[in-house]
Amino acid sequence: MTDQDLRQATQAYAVRLGDDALILGHRLSEWTSRAPFLEEDLALQNVALDYIGRARMFYGYAAELSADGRTEDDFAYLRDARQFSNLLIHELPRGDFAFTMARQLLTDVFSSLYLEQLLRSTDATLAGIAAKAAKETRYHLRRSREWALRLGDGTDESHARMVRAIDELWGYTHELFELDALEQQLADAGIGVDNAALRPAWLKQVSAILTEATLRVPEDSWVVRGGRTGYHTENLGHILSEMQSVHRAYPGVSW
Amino acid sequence: MNKTDTLTLVDRPVPTAAWVQRLQHRNRSPVPGLWALLDAVKDPEVPALSLWDLGVLRDIEQQDNGCIRVVISPTYSGCPALEAMRADIISTLQQAGHPEVEVHTALSPAWSTEALSPQGHEQLRAYGIAPPRHCQGCSVPELTPESGITCPRCGSDDTHRISEFGSTACKALFQCRACHEPFDYFKPI
Ligand SMILES: [Zn+2]
Repeated sequence: MTDQDLRQATQAYAVRLGDDALILGHRLSEWTSRAPFLEEDLALQNVALDYIGRARMFYGYAAELSADGRTEDDFAYLRDARQFSNLLIHELPRGDFAFTMARQLLTDVFSSLYLEQLLRSTDATLAGIAAKAAKETRYHLRRSREWALRLGDGTDESHARMVRAIDELWGYTHELFELDALEQQLADAGIGVDNAALRPAWLKQVSAILTEATLRVPEDSWVVRGGRTGYHTENLGHILSEMQSVHRAYPGVSW
Repeated sequence: MNKTDTLTLVDRPVPTAAWVQRLQHRNRSPVPGLWALLDAVKDPEVPALSLWDLGVLRDIEQQDNGCIRVVISPTYSGCPALEAMRADIISTLQQAGHPEVEVHTALSPAWSTEALSPQGHEQLRAYGIAPPRHCQGCSVPELTPESGITCPRCGSDDTHRISEFGSTACKALFQCRACHEPFDYFKPI
């Protein structure tokens, strides 16, 4: 690959990671004023802010690499669903509190493993973003783990909801560990992460937590994929129509 | 943390390696007056604390054309205070007669509560916020503990965590069993 190709691939990679962070952050922000109690409301908002901040850093870097006058806002507000490349697990509706915490657990374990690798990237900016995000993820994971234990090993109702949530999410976790040609090239170049290699460690950690929470690890019986190529569930369009409405109604507005 | 016997938890101000490095960098700077000027710029969310004492202010340079280049590192990824900090730095320098100011954000090395000054710890405590506890010997800062953070009001250690996340990203919420007051704890990160 030429330097120019690598630069373009890195730009696309930064957009992907930005999309993952923005969409999950937006989903978490939907809990604002709807969480079970005030402290939990604050916690979810704080985690959402961490993700949205992460999205800004990735989009800001993507804009810098594009060098065509685009800004972070162009990536967040002026693209359609087919142009978004987030993994599908992030766009699923927030569901009940058990669903949200189950998703956080599965993605927090993934993030902690992923960021640990990304902070070794030969790309200094990606490594810098990862170092920052990894610190925050330690807090996120501790919290989602505690909630998984509390809900899984809680009442019959909370247990049943956690079982349902983990079952509904499991088929979406496989996509976390797939690489396409672009990601493989970046992994080979020492810039990106070989996420396929992370699955054994992820499964081991997740299984240990689920077992402790008296929950079972689902069978790998179904898989949904498509996020990286822009094939999304119907949910993404709904998120974007809400998230982008102001920017599209009043282009360039500032306040 | 598993080997607690080999670790020391300290909530007194201690000169961390990160802090000593920052201080040495400042003391070597050819523009000490500019650093002193920016000591007046406070954290918009914790006005007791200057950006210097918070560890956000990393570098100040005066370029040949007179332009001043300031480097700051963001605390949390989504910290909304960053824009206010940037604006305050620019207006403080402009009011002191330096019209050309550039503020850059540096992600690396990532900001850490290890960069807080010992004075910053005291300022936090005086403001009613328990300063972050250092874990000497830990490779990474300990996460917020469940109990035992010294109450900034009455000094009791008989306290417990109410919420991991407080009113802003950088704080957790505790309550003191001795004086019953809730208080913020500046989370180690
Ligand atoms: Zn007290």
